[in-house]
Amino acid sequence: MASSIKIRKIAEVLDAQIVCGDSFIDHEVDYAFASDLMSDVLTLDSEQVVLITGLTNIQTVRTAEMADINCIVFVRGKRVTPEMIEVANENNTVLIECQYSMFKTIGLLHEVGVTPVY
Amino acid sequence: MEFSYEVEGGNFAKAGNAASGVKKVLKQLNVDPKVIKRIVVALYEGEVNVVAHAYKGKVLVDIDTSRIYIRIEDEGPGIPDIDLAMQVGYSTASAMVREMGFGAGMGLPNMKRNADAIEISSKVGEGTVVELTTKLTS
Repeated sequence: MASSIKIRKIAEVLDAQIVCGDSFIDHEVDYAFASDLMSDVLTLDSEQVVLITGLTNIQTVRTAEMADINCIVFVRGKRVTPEMIEVANENNTVLIECQYSMFKTIGLLHEVGVTPVY
Repeated sequence: MEFSYEVEGGNFAKAGNAASGVKKVLKQLNVDPKVIKRIVVALYEGEVNVVAHAYKGKVLVDIDTSRIYIRIEDEGPGIPDIDLAMQVGYSTASAMVREMGFGAGMGLPNMKRNADAIEISSKVGEGTVVELTTKLTS
């Protein structure tokens, strides 16, 4: 059984910056998936997923839109572009910038009980 | 209800415009979100394929009360061996496509998985047509 976590709490745990989607940070996610390959993200059947990725381009945000993912954490200090924010705002997607490596990010989220998709 | 969208080869900034538009329409029609996700994932992968491989393409969408029909046609190099292209992991994508998070040989298999029916026809040196049909009721 998945345990839910608020998006706000994810940003706190990761000491990370919420870039857009402030109105949705009290929404909850149940699962996390980490990948830089968007086709893998598009195979997921789960709902309420946070995507952890180091891939910062418009297609990351488009992929989240198609896969019904409401929150993306960008790791390794990658910066979100204005075009990405525009698409994210259209789709109520929360974008978070995190300075930590993907491994550390995942470790911290796992510690607070975020569940893998599989 | 019919719609069409243009797709530009090589222009990743616009990949997903058709899928995004179709998603909005299907939401308005109160289609089950799980069904919407299957349809838009398949269409999005199709758009990315056109952007990644072709010179230009067109997406034609026809929605009636029971099903959605999507035709993705492009002018491009075509697919010499469709069975091979359908294999997971087989890809001819460029480094640029891989940098965008695609090109791992999953596009066509993902499309097949997310459509009730898929038809692919291709002529080498001319282009490819992919037709997707999916029922709107789960």
